[in-house]
Amino acid sequence: MITLQHMLTLSAVLFSLSVAGIFLNRKNVILLLMCIELMLLAVNFSFVSFSRFLGDLDGQVFVFFVLTVAAAESAIGLAILVVLFRERKSINVEDLDTLKG
Amino acid sequence: MDHHVTLASLAPALPEIWLATAACVVLLVEAFAGAAARRIIPTLTLALLGLGAAATLAWAQVEAPTVLFSGMYLADPLGTVLKLLSFLFVAVALLYSRPSLEARGLLKGEYYVLVLTALLGICVLVSAGSLLSIYIGVELLALSLYALVAFDRESGVAAESAMKYFVLGAIASGCLLYGMSLVYGLTGTLLLSEIATALQGEPSLGVIMGIVFLVVGIAFKFGAVPFHMWVPDVYHGAPSPVTLFVATAPKIASFALAYRLLADGLGGVTPAWSQMIAIVAVLSALVGNLVAIAQTNLKRMLAYSAIGNVGFILLGFVAGTERGYEAALYYTIVYVLMALGSFGVLVLASRRGFEADELDHYKGLHARDPLLAVLMMVMMFSTAGIPPFVGFWAKLQVFEALWASGHLPLVVFGAAVSVIGVFYYLRVVKLMYFDAPGDLPVPERHTGVRLTLALNAVAVVALGLFPQALLELCQRVIG
Repeated sequence: MITLQHMLTLSAVLFSLSVAGIFLNRKNVILLLMCIELMLLAVNFSFVSFSRFLGDLDGQVFVFFVLTVAAAESAIGLAILVVLFRERKSINVEDLDTLKG
Repeated sequence: MDHHVTLASLAPALPEIWLATAACVVLLVEAFAGAAARRIIPTLTLALLGLGAAATLAWAQVEAPTVLFSGMYLADPLGTVLKLLSFLFVAVALLYSRPSLEARGLLKGEYYVLVLTALLGICVLVSAGSLLSIYIGVELLALSLYALVAFDRESGVAAESAMKYFVLGAIASGCLLYGMSLVYGLTGTLLLSEIATALQGEPSLGVIMGIVFLVVGIAFKFGAVPFHMWVPDVYHGAPSPVTLFVATAPKIASFALAYRLLADGLGGVTPAWSQMIAIVAVLSALVGNLVAIAQTNLKRMLAYSAIGNVGFILLGFVAGTERGYEAALYYTIVYVLMALGSFGVLVLASRRGFEADELDHYKGLHARDPLLAVLMMVMMFSTAGIPPFVGFWAKLQVFEALWASGHLPLVVFGAAVSVIGVFYYLRVVKLMYFDAPGDLPVPERHTGVRLTLALNAVAVVALGLFPQALLELCQRVIG
């Protein structure tokens, strides 16, 4: 029997994986974008699980909005990536070091 | 809940409807009009903003909080005031940035479209009544800002800072969303008003986890320590006119985000979040003011100054009382006014082929351009919190709110940090007045823009001499 607990655990694991991926990855900016996508999907999973458990549709409506915004977000992320690649001829995360926060 | 939507019942949402239409109009003009007609876009945008503000004043004001769209949208006096101020600040920012955009070849219609959609995001966020509308507002603002930062396609530094902003901003949205999903799952509703009734007294562990993620998201969006890494890079890397925009109106959105989530939604469990906010606020005020001393670039220095000031805004939230929210609101408005002035000087001191962003570029500004030097001095004194300028009252309000809620150590800490801050603000004044100009170029004179900047400085002085009006406004809309 799969319970809410199982679903939330999976969502938390996916979320942690995506955060770890963002901070551990030093190679490729595309991987960062994939991790961001995974992060939003982990949240979607959590919303859908809660929505099913509560018998309330609001959570699933929220997921539609998140999916739409995630698509827009990827579009902007990739556009910035194209500009960056044209200027630097590299998408290596370690090359993004001209500015030191 | 009324199910009969009439045109009149939509009136409180007029600012958003107006802005969405305005953005489409400007985009269509840019896409289809000829080269001559396209030159009117900056003026057209300002006119649309002015008309929008006038229409808001005339038809969209509400006496008491009103909900629309099944509770997703909340119109209240606070919302009206924040929206009108955002309209004003964005219009002023557009005025300041025009000469600089022209000099860089960035004066394009898309810039104005993106600014309008960002403003729309701010307005949606200000009037958010549910977690969903908060999310939509946050993303509408953030996506427009990412594109604005990367607007100069010839600049590698801008693209790099946009990438960093994008990745960190996306993590912030992810954390915010995860927190929202936990709060939704444990209260069973997305509406802030219902969350407030559901969450009272001692929160469960799951709710506390949700609050942690929400606080992380808020701190990221504010640019508070330890989630401040993007602030100096974005301020430094973005083209100066964009920095001017990023540093001003979005701070109002950050305040609205914090207020709607923490005060409106989580007001019943204040102890659960006030300690976390206190840590973030103390670290921001400390790190911002200390690291600013070490900067040699004015944009980075102002970025760390922003981090320090955000710490003070959040200290207002720590009080967790109406008094504290009033102080935070007052501080936010005053800070944005001062940031507009200092970045306005920064943009005007530059000219074609010369970017006045290093501190050394301000040596002897008084000899080259006395007016800009005076205006910058007013802004620096005010941001440092020296009376009689308005920045002093902002800090005092936060201290009084903290004192009244029994946070004595934080008052002492805040006062000490402000004193450290005075050092680097006065260094700018010293460079401008007591150092030789060398062969630095004389800034161009744009009369209209300089007049607006002078009015901005007059406002900083006048609000400092007569602080009562703005204070009473803040008290009325929060109460």
